[in-house]
Amino acid sequence: MRNEPKAFHLCLSCALTLFVLASLIVASFGYLHLGLERLLSAAAIADMRNFIASFFPPDISIRFVQKIAYGVVETLAISAVGTLLAMMLGLVLALPASGRYGRALRAATRLVLNLLRSIPELVWAVLMVLAAGLGPFAGTLALGMHTSGVLGRLFAESLENAPEEPSESLRQSGATRSFAFLYGTLPGVLPQFIAYTLYRWEMNIRMAAILGFVGAGGLGQILYYELSLLHQPQACSVIIAMLLLTLAVDLISAKVRKGLGRAYG
Amino acid sequence: MNKAATHPRDPDARRRATALVVAIIVLWPLLVVAQFNPAVLFDAKNLSTMGTFLRGFVPPEMSAEFLGYVARATLETLAIATTGITLAFFVAVPLALAVTRSLSVSRIGPGPGYWRGTVLRAAVRSLLTILRGVPELVWALVFVRVFGLGPAAAVLALAITYGGMLGKVYAEILESTDTLPARALLESGSRQGVALLYGLLPNAAPEIVSYTVYRWECAIRASVMMGFVGAGGLGQLMDQAMKLLRGGEVVTILVVFLLLVQLADAISARLRKQLA
Repeated sequence: MRNEPKAFHLCLSCALTLFVLASLIVASFGYLHLGLERLLSAAAIADMRNFIASFFPPDISIRFVQKIAYGVVETLAISAVGTLLAMMLGLVLALPASGRYGRALRAATRLVLNLLRSIPELVWAVLMVLAAGLGPFAGTLALGMHTSGVLGRLFAESLENAPEEPSESLRQSGATRSFAFLYGTLPGVLPQFIAYTLYRWEMNIRMAAILGFVGAGGLGQILYYELSLLHQPQACSVIIAMLLLTLAVDLISAKVRKGLGRAYG
Repeated sequence: MNKAATHPRDPDARRRATALVVAIIVLWPLLVVAQFNPAVLFDAKNLSTMGTFLRGFVPPEMSAEFLGYVARATLETLAIATTGITLAFFVAVPLALAVTRSLSVSRIGPGPGYWRGTVLRAAVRSLLTILRGVPELVWALVFVRVFGLGPAAAVLALAITYGGMLGKVYAEILESTDTLPARALLESGSRQGVALLYGLLPNAAPEIVSYTVYRWECAIRASVMMGFVGAGGLGQLMDQAMKLLRGGEVVTILVVFLLLVQLADAISARLRKQLA
């Protein structure tokens, strides 16, 4: 019987890789000295149970719910304005990055975009808190910086892949360069730009909810504040609000995506 | 030629104008709530703080002692990501198997346990949603208050959030692959474990491995971020350097972070190629 079914077929080098992986995992556990056995001791579990119990019931007094509602609105505003800023800055950077103004400028702007993109939002937030002070504006700027790096690169790629014929024919019939771009290139790539922007906005809502941990406004700042004061029931309400916000965003984005059809991905 | 011929009217002008007005009306309150005010960037106090900080960027801090700290923090970050993903894997596998419809015997035909199975799957599915719905940074912030500053909080946060994500994606992979072999095995009476090993995994394993490795890469970035709330690793070092406005140290850590992300990217690409 040659066709005996096999669950797995392991090659030698795969087995070696797996062995190396397994030893690295063991080494990582060893390096951290987590003391998991200590965490699982009866006393630690009792402590943990008390700690969790202290979060319940969540605070749902009208005043606190109002505070959370404002936090949600602030989170949405931070993400929306940040994403919009990023869309504008991304578009401005995408034009040179798509090679319209020569190779040197293309390489230079790509470097800038890479730098903007590789520094995470939270690091930008700490920097922006220094530059603009505590509050939602710092969070807005932080999201704007990181996201413009992401969007700029995506926009530049769409521009490079866009067909040249429409704008070329406008140019040949006498239109200026900017008109050829606005009426020849932009209409073709705009749906894609909007799709990318909406997608990043969705991610930024989730991000805006936690940027507050470093003082950049929104729900995160309320959570950080309440936890620092050991107000567990209040913290619990904020965490529930974050969970609901995430779920709502997931649900709405899935529905919108379905409604918009394939062009908007 | 008259003027109208050289400048033909935009046929869409009215619609565009309306859209612009609506956009401004919607945007205005958002700008107010976000306290949008670029002028604060040029406020004398903020400018001088930022100026001192940025001037500190050159030269980067390169003393042997500091590089030693950075090296230890980098190892810690890697170890957090690895242990976190490992624990997340063990959280995810049982949950994923519980919700995978293509492994359900009770769904095959009318028989006992249909409703029990459906209810169980729905319950585990919502548990997965809750686990991944709260960002890992929130768990880390909470756990730091139980376990104190250090990597334990980050590892547990990763285990919870990434456990939820992996569980959901594993189940999706096991349901979207070719499920007929597993079904045939189940219908001819084999146990679920056999159906999983011989019916589903041969097709689904590469994708599962590749997604897990990709998540490890994300976990590295996440574990750096969790350092900002005190959960150890490079992030904690960067947070301290920023609070003390030590620009040189910040630059060194940032460069190490960027290199680490690149390296993780390369390793993960290689691993995925080899194991998939």
